[in-house]
Formats: sequence, C-alpha cells, structure tokens
Amino acid sequence: MEDLPLFLIPQAALSVSDLNRYLREIIESDEVLRDVWVQGEISNLSTPGSGHIYFTLKDSAASLRCVIWKTNAFRLRQSLANGQLVEAHGYISIYEAGGQYQLYIDSLRLAGEGALFQEFVRLKNKLEAEGLFDPQRKRPIPPFPQRIGVVTSPTGAALQDILNTLKRRFPLAEVLIAPASVQGEAAPREIIAGLKNLWTHTVDLILVARGGGSLEDLWAFNDEGVVRAVAGSPVPVISGVGHETDFTLTDFAADVRAPTPTGAAMLATPDITELADTLRQYADRLNSAILTNLIGMKRDLNEVYTRLEHNSPINQVCSQQQTVDFLQERLRQAQRTQIIRQVGWLGTLRARLTALDPMAVLGRGYAVVRTQDNRLISRIAQVAVDQAVNIRLSDGSVTAKVNSIRPDEPTLRQGGLDE
Amino acid sequence: MSKKKDQEIDNLLYEQCLEELEQVVTTLENSQPSLEEAMALFERGQALAKRASSLLEQAELRVQVITGQGELTPTNEE
Repeated sequence: MEDLPLFLIPQAALSVSDLNRYLREIIESDEVLRDVWVQGEISNLSTPGSGHIYFTLKDSAASLRCVIWKTNAFRLRQSLANGQLVEAHGYISIYEAGGQYQLYIDSLRLAGEGALFQEFVRLKNKLEAEGLFDPQRKRPIPPFPQRIGVVTSPTGAALQDILNTLKRRFPLAEVLIAPASVQGEAAPREIIAGLKNLWTHTVDLILVARGGGSLEDLWAFNDEGVVRAVAGSPVPVISGVGHETDFTLTDFAADVRAPTPTGAAMLATPDITELADTLRQYADRLNSAILTNLIGMKRDLNEVYTRLEHNSPINQVCSQQQTVDFLQERLRQAQRTQIIRQVGWLGTLRARLTALDPMAVLGRGYAVVRTQDNRLISRIAQVAVDQAVNIRLSDGSVTAKVNSIRPDEPTLRQGGLDE
Repeated sequence: MSKKKDQEIDNLLYEQCLEELEQVVTTLENSQPSLEEAMALFERGQALAKRASSLLEQAELRVQVITGQGELTPTNEE
C-alpha cells in the first residue's frame, strides 16, 4: 500500500481558489517573506486614479510584481520613475484572482540608502556617545540677532525662503551669506568653510539650511566633519535641512533644529509686528506712568500747600496784628487817661500860678519898684535919695523920686507882710 | 534733552532701546522720582520709543555675501 503511486489514491480535487488560498497562507506564514527588503529596478510603473501604485521590480534575470497601496503611497519621499534602482520593503503574498505572488510594499528607498542609513546610525551612535548631541550643550538663540550668518546654496530655494522670512519678520538684521554647495562631494568641505568664514565675521547666529531631498541628497549634513563643526561652533546654530520628516546629524548637533529653512529663519528672529505691539505697550505704559506720577505729585503738592497755608506766617502776622491792635487800644486808652489827668493837673497848676502872679497882687494895691535899669528894689539899701525909680501899678507905671530913706523898726519887720 | 544725548540715542540698537525703555517705564511705575527726574525719565522714554519705532519702520534687510577670500559683497536683494 505504502508504495503505491500517489495519483492512484482517490482524492478530491482542490478548487483554484482553495489552492491559491492555501499557497497564500503558506507564504504569509513564512518569517522571511513577511518582512523583506528587495532591490531592483522599477519598470512598468502604473499610477492609476485609484491612488495605488503598481510596478515590476527587475534585475538582469528576474522580475517581481509590486503593489504600493494608496495609504502607503502618499508617504513616499520621492516620486518613482521607470529605471530607478530602489530598495523596497514589505511582505510577499498572493493575488488570488491573478494567481500571482507579489511584493506588497510599505516603504521604499533609493538603492544605496540602506547602506547610507546604516552609516547614519553608526555615526549617530558614535557622536552621541561623545556627547555632541547633549541637551546641555544647546545654547539659547539671541532674541534680537544683529547679524545672521547663512550657510546654504546661493542658488537654492532655501536661501530665498530664508531671505523672504527674515525680510518679513525682522528686517533690522543684517544677513551674511556664506555660499556653499549643499550636495555632492565638495559640499561638506564648503559647508565647513562657510561656517568658519562666518565665525570670523562676528555673527550672532548661523543658519545652516537646505531644501528637501533624498537621504543621499542630504548626506553632506550627516558628514562627520560638518556635524563636528556645527557642534563646535562658537556661535549658536539653527539647522533647517530638508523637510519636516527629514533628520540629519547636523540637526542633532545644532542648538535648535527647525523643520525647514523657512522654519529656521522664523526661529532665528522675533516678529516685527509683535515688536511693534510690544513697543506700543511700552509707550502706553510710559504715558500712563508719567500721568500717574504727575497726578500724584499734584496731590502731594496740594496736600503740602494746605498744610503750608495752615502754618502760614500770615496767620502769625494776623494774630500779632491783633495783639498790636489791642496794645494800641490800651495805649490810646492810657494816653487819654494821662491827658485827662494832665489837663486837670494843668488847671490846678494854672490856678496856682495865677495865684502867684505878681500882677494879681498889684490889683490889690501892691506895687513893684524897680531901678531905672529895671532891677527889682526890695531893700532900702538899693536906693539913694533923689534916685529915680520906676513903680509898676496894676494898670501902668509911674516914675518917682526918692525923697527920703527910713529903715523899719525891728518889730515891724518881724511881723512881716503876708502875701 | 541735550544734542549729545540725542546723538547717543541715534546710535542705540533696537535691543538696547527696548531694554532701556523697559527700565525707564519700570522706574517710572515703581519708584517715586522727583518731578525733574520724572520728566527726564519720560522724555528719555519717549525718545527711546521713537528711536525704536523708527528703527522698525525704516528697517531694510541688508544682505551681504562672503566671497571665497572672506570678503563681504553686498547683494541687491529686491
């Protein structure tokens, strides 16, 4: 029994569908075929409206049908073309309806990039281990750069993007362009020379930039010399290499990584409209501050003035004035009293004086006798017989001649005359 | 404000203007200067703001290229 040829054993035939499904299950369960890189040249490229991409990968002796579903197709970094040598990654399966096995591609790179990528990883690990990418090495970007150095291709769109952005955001700056190839064999040397040139021109900041491209296009920015120059730059560096999704070692070494050249220019500068706003705010604050100050000073002044008024010497003067007035009044009063008293006294004196007036005595019959030369005669010794004398009476004078002189009896003189 | 001071302000960079303006405003806001000082600060602040804003208005990006010999050549970027 066991030696009988197989075809003689009765067995139900498989349908084509069953067979293809069976094959598909076998293929899909294979470890190698599930995750495979295949290198070949693109041919029979077809990109129908569905968005899926179909082509054949060939080498000199064989070919392989390939599919890139729409969902993966839009993530491709470069456009595909017949004749391109690529490395495609995906899984092998069977298209049951066509009975064909094919490569279902989820990512794709230009041939050689695989090796480049390995080199990228090796260099990244090495420089990382040296500490070249350490976060604490990163320096802050000056907020108002006066002089911005740019290392890039003088003819690239990256430069135009950067200049337009700088012009729009911060035209106060001065830009120094250090032209350098950003692709090809000479690029690393020229980029390093550009950096060194800028270091001697005292720039505040350096942008290292390039537009997007394949890993190979951007390779100069993974050059060890370039990366070391960027890491060792005495001036802060912003990198803007490739597109959003591209990472180069220069990005890791730079102080700041921008997703694009335009992004680098934006990170490098403040926005002039924001600056104008800030300035306006300062001007407003300045105005209200001086106003507040002046109002405060006016209030203080008023307060002090009020206090000054309270303590004014005018008040002192007024109160002094009152004293003076009071004293003056008292003085006037005193004067009046004094005058009245004086007048009274004067009356008395005058009465007494009148009483003493010798002329008044004459009215009562007394006479005043004087010599011719008008000396008062009060004693007999003052005259001689026949001497002429003047006699003053109450209403006039007479002149008489002394006929005789007779001294008084002593007793008579003793009795004397009263007034 | 003296002529010398005006000249000095004309030489200030935008950043310097802004920095000093900030100081002036803060001083004016937070301390109680004398009238003379306050007016001087205010005038200085105004001059600084004027200088900074004219810098913003008149600014025109200057672009130069470094030649292989390390010399600078202006470009006509228009």
